[in-house]
Order: sequence, then C-alpha cells, then structure tokens
Amino acid sequence: MLAAIAFYAMAATAIVSAFAVISARNPVHSVLFLILTFFSAAGLFVLMGAEFLAMLLVVVYVGAVAVLFLFVVMMLDVDFVELRQGFLNYLPVGALVALALFAELGLVASAAGQAGAGRAALSLGGPGEVTNAEAIGRVLYTDYLLVFQLAGLILFVAMLGAIVLTLRHRPGVKRQDIAKQVGRRRSEGVELKDVRPGQGIV
Amino acid sequence: MNALIEDFGPVWGFWLGVGQILAIMVMLLLTLAFILLFDRKVWAAVMMRKGPNVVGPFGLLQSFADFLKFVFKEIIIPAGANKTVFILAPLITFTLAFAAWAVVPWAPGWVIADLNVGILYLFAISSLGVYGIIMGGWASNSKYPFLGGLRSAAQMVSYEVSIGFIIITVLLLVGSMNLTDIVNHQRAGIGAWNAFAWPTVFVMFPMFVIFFISALAETNRPPFDLPEAEAELVAGYQVEYSSTPYLLFMIGEYLSIVLMCAMMSILFLGGWHAPWGPVENPFFAFGILYFKIWVCFFFFAMVKAIVPRYRYDQLMRLGWKVLLPTSLAAVALIAGWVAYGRPSLPLTGLGG
Repeated sequence: MLAAIAFYAMAATAIVSAFAVISARNPVHSVLFLILTFFSAAGLFVLMGAEFLAMLLVVVYVGAVAVLFLFVVMMLDVDFVELRQGFLNYLPVGALVALALFAELGLVASAAGQAGAGRAALSLGGPGEVTNAEAIGRVLYTDYLLVFQLAGLILFVAMLGAIVLTLRHRPGVKRQDIAKQVGRRRSEGVELKDVRPGQGIV
Repeated sequence: MNALIEDFGPVWGFWLGVGQILAIMVMLLLTLAFILLFDRKVWAAVMMRKGPNVVGPFGLLQSFADFLKFVFKEIIIPAGANKTVFILAPLITFTLAFAAWAVVPWAPGWVIADLNVGILYLFAISSLGVYGIIMGGWASNSKYPFLGGLRSAAQMVSYEVSIGFIIITVLLLVGSMNLTDIVNHQRAGIGAWNAFAWPTVFVMFPMFVIFFISALAETNRPPFDLPEAEAELVAGYQVEYSSTPYLLFMIGEYLSIVLMCAMMSILFLGGWHAPWGPVENPFFAFGILYFKIWVCFFFFAMVKAIVPRYRYDQLMRLGWKVLLPTSLAAVALIAGWVAYGRPSLPLTGLGG
C-alpha cells in the first residue's frame, strides 16, 4: 500500500519534472528539474530494492555531473529568445531522432521479453541472499571483467584526450612553481644594505 | 523504523518511529544551540576574549536569543531575485542537513534507518549540500553571491573525491557499508579503532587527518571558507539573505559540520565504543559517541581560530594534487593488505 503510493508519487514526479526539463524557459530551471528527475529515479530504484544503484545515481549524477551542468549553464549568457527562433527548423530532425530512439527502446524491450534476457541476471542470487552491492561486484569483477576494464580504459583515454586538447603552455606567461616557492631561503629573498646618511642606495 | 513497526504493529510502530525522529531532531537542534556557543567560546578563548557572556549564566542562552532575533526580523527578497529558487535554496540546505542523520547509529539499536548502504547514503546526502549554496548564489542575482556559489561548487566537488576514497579505505577494512557494522568492527577498544588499528595505523591515521581536512573544505569552514570569505566577497552566497532564510542556511551549515564530526567518530574513532572495550548499555554508548562528536568539533573550532585562510588556487592544488593522489595510494595499499597481508579475520556482517 505505502509502497504503491510511493511508487506513483515518485513516477509522477519523474515524468512531470522530465517534461519540465524541456519546457522550462530558464535553462537553470531546466537543470534543477533534471536533478529532480534523477532524484525521483533514485527513489524508484530504492523501491525496487536496488539501493546501491540508487545511491550511485545520486552520488555520481546528482552530486557531480549535474553540479557541473549547473556550473556551466549558470555561467553561460545565452539569449534564449534567439535560440528559440530556430526551433521549427530543427523540429523535423529532432522528431526523427526521438522516433528512432523510441523505436529502438521498443525493439530492445520486446526482444528482451522474448529471449528472457533478464533471467541470467536474476540467477545470481535471489533478494535477501546477498546485498546488491555484492551482487553487482560479483558480476562486474568475474563474468564481465574484460568489458568492465575496457570501459575504464576508454574513459581514461577520453580524459587524457580532453587534457591534451585543452592544456597549452603559452610562452611568456608567468607560472607558479610551488616547490620553488617553498624552497626559497631567507638569504635569497632578503639583502641587507648599509645605508649611509645623506647618500641613499646606489 | 521497520524494526519498530514489526515490534509494535503498523499503527503504534509508525507513531513510535515518528516520535523517535522528532526526539533526534530536537536533540540535534539543542546540541546545535550549545555547539554554536562552544564554537564562539573557543574562538574567543584563543583570542583572549570572553566571548558571549551576557544572556543567561556564562552566556548559555545566547543561541536562543540569536534564534529569536533572526525569527522576528523581516524577510527581504531582492527585487531582481529568482524568488522560487531564492526561497528553495535555504530550505534544501536545511532539509538535507537533517536527512543525513537518518542513518547515523547513536547507540546499539538507536538508529532511524539501518540501511545496508548507510555510508553511501551519507556520502550522497553530503554531496547534495552544494545545491543549497549554488542555488542561493545564483538566485540572488548579484555578483558577490554568484562568485561565492561558483567557488563553493568547485571546492565541494573537488574535496568530495578524496572523501570518497577515504571512505573506500574504511569500507575495505570493515567489509560492510552498514554504519552499525562499521562501529561494531571497532568494538575491541582503541587498538581496533580504524584510525589506530595495528598495523594499518601508518596508512589510516594519515587518512583520518586527510578526512578531517577534506571535511573542513566540504563544510566551507575556515581555513577553506572561500565561498563566504568576508574580506573578498562580503559574505559570499549569503549576502542577500536575511532573517529566517539566513537562519536556515546557518543551521544547515553547522548541522553538516556536526555530521562530519559524527562521521569521523563513527568511521575512525570507534563510534559508540569506549577506548577500553565494547559498550552495550545504549545510554552510556550514546554518551560516548556524543562526547566524541564534541571533541571532534573542538578541533574544527581550534582550526577556525588559529589557521589563516587559504588562497583559492592553493585550495585547488591541495585538493587535486596532494590529497587526491595520497588517498588513492592509500586505497591501493589498504586493498593490497586486505587481500594478501591480513590474517583472515571473521568478518562482521557480509564479507567478500
């Protein structure tokens, strides 16, 4: 009973706020609604008994990714009336992409239902035997170890690529060298001069 | 709360659970009132002042006077502000600060929600704390608050990473994400506390110190209080806030500091167990954890009093180039020790 109420409340919040993400006029509001969507999705995960996934969703997406979104969107100074003028031009392409995604989702869902793709995951241990952190750990680090490591490698390469693309050393720019600053001695920084009266420093 | 519903039936169990939540909230608010005074007294003592000493004996009622003063003032919302977000920001800070306490185990059995992923829940909630600040800074529609909001976003995201790694070292040692299990793993006295257990003390004590430093940055406490640096940003994200919304921000901020103290006590200092051995009496256990929280808070207060504020680039350098690699190396060391070095112990809770 309580679980049903919680499910409908969270599912409704998720759908309404997902709609608000694309309909809100202010981009910052859009991001805030996106965060609300993530949060309701995390709540739905908890209701399904997947508390580990729920916490990861909150930590990774809400706690880090969405913060960066918000950070960037707040700093952008975009004229949104101007952006909206192109809305009709892009509508056919956008609709096509949305349709393709929707059709793919439908295909996957029906195929999975037929072939019973979900059963392999369930056979790892029923609810109550192992916590889901342990179940996920076993799957990731035994059956799918290679795929998991490859995914990590791809992310690592992507990170290196981003750094290589943005890091540049312009000549003539003063840079801090912390080791040099810390290693500075009094004898190098201070020079004592004996100033004679009426003569000044030559 | 589920345990209460099982023991006392759906109706009585539910209301008992609500009563438990209310009792913890009232206890936290009262703690906050006196810990604020304690903070100011410690700060004053370091500066050889007396601190608040007029309202009540030794100034004990100072926080209540401040509370009344905030509540009775007018709420001012700037004309250019984004009103909904402006009001929402302090509410979010306040709510999240309380929500985190749901999983904190006060004594054997004294916990509102005994989650299996308790420590992840704490980490998730404390990483959400940045939203109150960044929303408040943006919604004020003014330069100083905005700068404060941006600073805090970058700062809190940076230090969360090292806090995450340090939590992982503790999880590796204990083998469970349940906070009660983490406390009970350290039951055998000070030699079993995660910060001092032999021979991991060489890694875990530095991790304890790094956790403390990251907690300072995560809660925007001096010397990392750059989001509200009064010398540069007036009061940062709080500039436009007055009366009750400001009060909510302040309560939320101090509550998350006390939460960090509780996390330090639970993760590293044995939770409710005494230095000489396990404690079973819940009242005594509660007293011990409470005392540990106050001791940790004393260190927070001392740091505020004696350490000058960092520069922003130094802060970023410390977070990303010093604390992050150190904690990452510690994760590797502890994982190696748990896998190959440790004599096989009976694990508490679940195990690998």
